[in-house]
Amino acid sequence: MIPLPSADTETPEAGSEAAADEGRSALLEALTTELGDALVDSHLLPGKDLWIRVATEAWGSTADYLRNRQRFRFFDFLSAIDWLPSPYGRSLDAAVDNILEGKGLVGDGDDEGDDPTTHAPSGAGAGAYAGGETRFQVFARVYSLTTKLGVTLKTDVGNLGDPLQVGTWTGTYPGVDWHEREAYEMFGITFVGHPGLRKLYLPGDFEGHPMRKDFPLLARLIKPWPGIVDVEPMPGVADEGDAAGGDAGEGAA
Amino acid sequence: MTATQPNIDRRQLSYIAGQAADARVNVELEAEGMTLNIGPQHPATHGTLRIVVRLDGEQVIEADPIMGYMHRGYEKLVEVRTYPQINTLVNRIDWLGSFANEVPFILACEQLMGIEAPPRAQWIRTLFFELSRIANLTLFLGDMGVQLGAVTPVFYAFRDREHILNQIESATGGRFHPNFDRIGGLKDDLPAGWVDETRRALGHIRKFCDVMEDLIVGNEIFEARTRGIGVIPADVALSYGLSGANVRASGVDWDLRRDSSNSGLVYDKLDWKVWTHPDGDSFARYWVRLQEVREACHMVDQLLDSIPAGPIMAKVPRIIKVPAGEAYVATENPLGEMGYYVVSQGGLEPFRVKIRSASFSNMSIAPWVLKGTYVPDVITILASLYFILGDIDR
Repeated sequence: MIPLPSADTETPEAGSEAAADEGRSALLEALTTELGDALVDSHLLPGKDLWIRVATEAWGSTADYLRNRQRFRFFDFLSAIDWLPSPYGRSLDAAVDNILEGKGLVGDGDDEGDDPTTHAPSGAGAGAYAGGETRFQVFARVYSLTTKLGVTLKTDVGNLGDPLQVGTWTGTYPGVDWHEREAYEMFGITFVGHPGLRKLYLPGDFEGHPMRKDFPLLARLIKPWPGIVDVEPMPGVADEGDAAGGDAGEGAA
Repeated sequence: MTATQPNIDRRQLSYIAGQAADARVNVELEAEGMTLNIGPQHPATHGTLRIVVRLDGEQVIEADPIMGYMHRGYEKLVEVRTYPQINTLVNRIDWLGSFANEVPFILACEQLMGIEAPPRAQWIRTLFFELSRIANLTLFLGDMGVQLGAVTPVFYAFRDREHILNQIESATGGRFHPNFDRIGGLKDDLPAGWVDETRRALGHIRKFCDVMEDLIVGNEIFEARTRGIGVIPADVALSYGLSGANVRASGVDWDLRRDSSNSGLVYDKLDWKVWTHPDGDSFARYWVRLQEVREACHMVDQLLDSIPAGPIMAKVPRIIKVPAGEAYVATENPLGEMGYYVVSQGGLEPFRVKIRSASFSNMSIAPWVLKGTYVPDVITILASLYFILGDIDR
């Protein structure tokens, strides 16, 4: 079996993809000039995609620049990510099921009371393109119909205990309204300047932020998943599977 | 038939519509207003969507959609499932075109793993992608009539959609939820005789399109209720994230089937065109979808003619681990752009998946477009925006 190439390896690709890549490089250059120090990090996969990470203060102005100066007219989505490794150990990679063994539980489910610092290495984990320094990151994507290119923007918004604030995009892309409301209820991130920041899906009196990693998925806590048994490695196949995952583990850019 | 018009008209239209949207609400005459609750159980809401509208007489001053009655938390659930298991879940997002939900997720995984499905699998994948588009949009074409009080078209739609669903079922085993796509290929090959059967099914759909054109598009009542109603200018549509037929009906010539560089689907090998309509109203959205069903039939025909021989699965490890990385892959689903932003840390299950569903963004324009319209038009505008609740709530 051929070893799977890691997605991180920047294999130069031929033909049309090289052309698309020129567009992305030019865009990255323009962004670097425009944003200066506010452009914290970037990651370019030739022929695939472009990621940039901007300073939190520059979040709004970057959107403004991209929409009005670079003609990124199409707003794709906005969401957030919690880089805390799941404190429930609910990883099917684990040799033991932490839930079954009663290990690895942070607390009794109330996320606000737990101290994440003991579990959270600061910043983004493996596989984070354009990196990150804090637990919570907001990311969004805009798309240009003229160049047919998209760009994913990220910004760090802080760790638990920080205000978790970032400026709103509603002035630039009105469609961001619901996306920001979703990120607000699911991650507890405040979008400063949003005209009606309230819950979108959840009932008004719901407590907690379900998409945070330390918010327990109750169904799993009550009834453990037999998944670990199911994915018991087949004889002779286990090594390959492990090898493929193993060398890709250090994929952080 | 109307084709794409030059840019200048579009800009003019967007200006006029912008002015109109502001002028439609007569602030001076605003009385106390009445609040009307549409839904959560309403035939026009395709599920459980509730819209609270504040009315001044018959006119809508403010509309506030309230979702969450069907929120299933897929983004949380997928974090504790292996990649093959997730396929079953995402099937249920847009339940009328289920196969189309699987494709972008599988493509995102394939991109991260650096594998590609063999040509035959890509072909059949594209084939089913278009079949689910036909199944999905056929229902829309009939359903739009119901929203206007014409009950007949939807029965035609149900009748003829069945032919397509039968074809999907006979190949995949599932009428609505095929769960047929796999990382690196497909679950099974096509059964014997399937190709001819499908050609016959397409015949029914083509006839259905003609019937709909006669019944609905030329219908005076339909035109009166949809022409110039719910106009969305192109620029507004884009900044709200509208996609698919909704944005093409506003004159934007953009289709991810043609414009994205995704590997794994074979649209670049087909002869087809992107339909647009310059008006941006409810009628345009209906018309564009009608043409898209025909175009999809045309594409399926070509695909059936040229399915290459070969394996349907690439070499994939039995236990699928996706290397660490991030990928966003979007495809042109029946409802619009659907994409998955997959963050993997190299494990058996993803670290985070953001599901960018078409209806969510398509509906987010509702407060804007409903403002200033009249109550009966609320229903037609919502119907013409075409959303599936599972696609909004996820």
